[in-house]
Amino acid sequence: MDFDLSQDQQEIKTVARELLAARSPWAKVREAADAREYGDALWRELAELGWPGIAVAEEHGGQGLGAVELAVLVEELGYACAATPFLSTAVAASVIGACGTDEQRERHLPALAAGEATAGVGTRELCADGAGAAVLVLLDGDEAELVEGAEAEPLDVIDSTRRYASVTGGSGEPLGPGAADRVRAAVAAEVVGLCQQALDMTLAYVKDRKQFGVPVGSFQAVAHRCAQMLLSTETARSTAYFAAWAADADPERLPEAAALAGAAAADGGREVTASAIQAHGGIGFTWEADVHWLYKRAQLDTVLLGGAGRHRAALCRIAAGRVGVTA
Amino acid sequence: MDLTFTESETAFRDELRAWFAANSPGEEPMHDEDANHAWRADFQRRLAADGLAAVHWPPEYGGRGATLTESAIFWEELGRSGSPLPANVLGVLLAGPTIMTWGTDEQKERYLTPILSAEEIWCQGFSEPDAGSDLAALKTRAVREGDDWVVTGQKVWTSGAQYSKWCMLVARTDPDAAKHKGLTYFLMDMEQDGVEVVPLRQITGEPEFNELFIDGARIPAANVLGGEGNGWKVALTTLMNERAGLGFSLQVRMRQLLDALIEEAGGRGLLDDPLVADRIGDLHLRTETLRLTAYRGLSATEKYGQPGPEGSLLKWIWSDTNQQLAQLAADLLGPTALQAGNRWAYELLRTRGNSIEGGTTEVLKNIVAERVLGLPKAR
Repeated sequence: MDFDLSQDQQEIKTVARELLAARSPWAKVREAADAREYGDALWRELAELGWPGIAVAEEHGGQGLGAVELAVLVEELGYACAATPFLSTAVAASVIGACGTDEQRERHLPALAAGEATAGVGTRELCADGAGAAVLVLLDGDEAELVEGAEAEPLDVIDSTRRYASVTGGSGEPLGPGAADRVRAAVAAEVVGLCQQALDMTLAYVKDRKQFGVPVGSFQAVAHRCAQMLLSTETARSTAYFAAWAADADPERLPEAAALAGAAAADGGREVTASAIQAHGGIGFTWEADVHWLYKRAQLDTVLLGGAGRHRAALCRIAAGRVGVTA
Repeated sequence: MDLTFTESETAFRDELRAWFAANSPGEEPMHDEDANHAWRADFQRRLAADGLAAVHWPPEYGGRGATLTESAIFWEELGRSGSPLPANVLGVLLAGPTIMTWGTDEQKERYLTPILSAEEIWCQGFSEPDAGSDLAALKTRAVREGDDWVVTGQKVWTSGAQYSKWCMLVARTDPDAAKHKGLTYFLMDMEQDGVEVVPLRQITGEPEFNELFIDGARIPAANVLGGEGNGWKVALTTLMNERAGLGFSLQVRMRQLLDALIEEAGGRGLLDDPLVADRIGDLHLRTETLRLTAYRGLSATEKYGQPGPEGSLLKWIWSDTNQQLAQLAADLLGPTALQAGNRWAYELLRTRGNSIEGGTTEVLKNIVAERVLGLPKAR
């Protein structure tokens, strides 16, 4: 057993962390949020690096890696709160690859893997990057379908670092089992990145900010809040990577793993990012402090995850089934 | 990343499953400490006879040289089979590894073998009435007299003291040295007039722990472990071992307790209530998260030689979840769960100790904040 990133996976993480720190600093995120538009340069660079096709087979123009590597990249883009259609496009590509038909793979994967086309992911009410997408992966409960030709109405939601839309119409084809779980596992990985960023920003702040002549991080009430943030971040990470691993390696456990990841991320993301605002004090409530972007993204991700409640209900059914009672 | 057991890990697990299946410990004697201890001692002798009493010990001392993951598998399988913790669990997990790290050849030769067979039981003399979280504030004094040290003081929370031949005792040998520096770690013979064991009744009504009143107890100088004045470092070795391994068995017990609650609640049709299902789902999440996070900690320790940040969080998740589980049982099962002698009533009371024993949650949070997050020392 090795529940840790392999050397190659660690390398992907390090490269992504460094690249995004340089290409997508907060100034760029703010710029995109104000313009309500992604910058082309970042997406072009990610496409050139082959990131959208990270989990797409080489025969379809991808990198031939798996859901864990996808989770690593998604986490890092979440860490940067980067304004790109990466999550939707890379996740849709991975889902089409794993749960689509041969025809669907041939039709969509080359363009998505190359970043020449983008995809939308979510539900009809809230679809991330739904406008302008070549294809949508839409969830409805435990089911997912691949939709083309839908009409997308842009939504102006609190998270302006990402484009969202509601969608209507279009023609859909059902995706195979595991599609919805794979989407939620990936969204959970993004939440882990948001949490880690929120924690890192908070630690830097409370070590530096002085009140009563000492760093505020020396007060137990603040320190214990930070410890709780770490706890929520690490538990979200454990479940998100379990789900990413199960998606490829142990599909039988994927439904439970995705429910664990979904429940942990849906609550954890909101709690940790809200804690970051609180620990920053007054400055945390200002537009300039940037922690609010994480809180806003976490709120939207919770909706994309379907909320923690549905996953806890699923977990209760799974646990009850295991001891032979019905729930 | 690969969350499947390796071939050798799977083989080890299968071997253990077969062994535990063939060696059922029989019915646990309840409400009779002595009979319960004898039952656990007997079970440990059977483990020892097949070389399984301390799988994480090196083979030259009678162990299997198990890796951390294999050791975790051992404790998981022990818990899963419903077998008890070995009677000499403190000897196996704490005293043995501490003696292996700090002991002289003579000490290793003398003490290790009788630990495995449960022939000599060990207890831990660390905490004192005025030294709990602030362990280095301990006051028990040891004064040199010829070839002996003479000890006077009081220890508390010493589980199993009434059955113990030896005590891992930390005492102050230099009252003038700085707090952490004047301490020495002793291997104290419990069978002497200067040591009195008094049961300490806890909120469950049972005396699971004891107080030790030490008045002029004599310890030969040869029984100092790790050198005079080095007691703090040696004690840290013991405390580091406290968290390893055992956690996996506690976690399996929590899983079994949760399954029992789900069964009882399901039998009463309570799981149809979405509010109940939500809380059960949350407990399932916490229980599984604990297991996953514990395995992440093992992987980090095996790779980098030290546990990652997740390691410090496990005891906190465990105690918190265990308490919520017992409280939910009381909510779901009503007055039955509160009747004296009911297992849930016991859990409701016993789990209050979980967030105190082995480091309070507050101290754990301080440790996480200072050592993992690098925050300034708390005030």
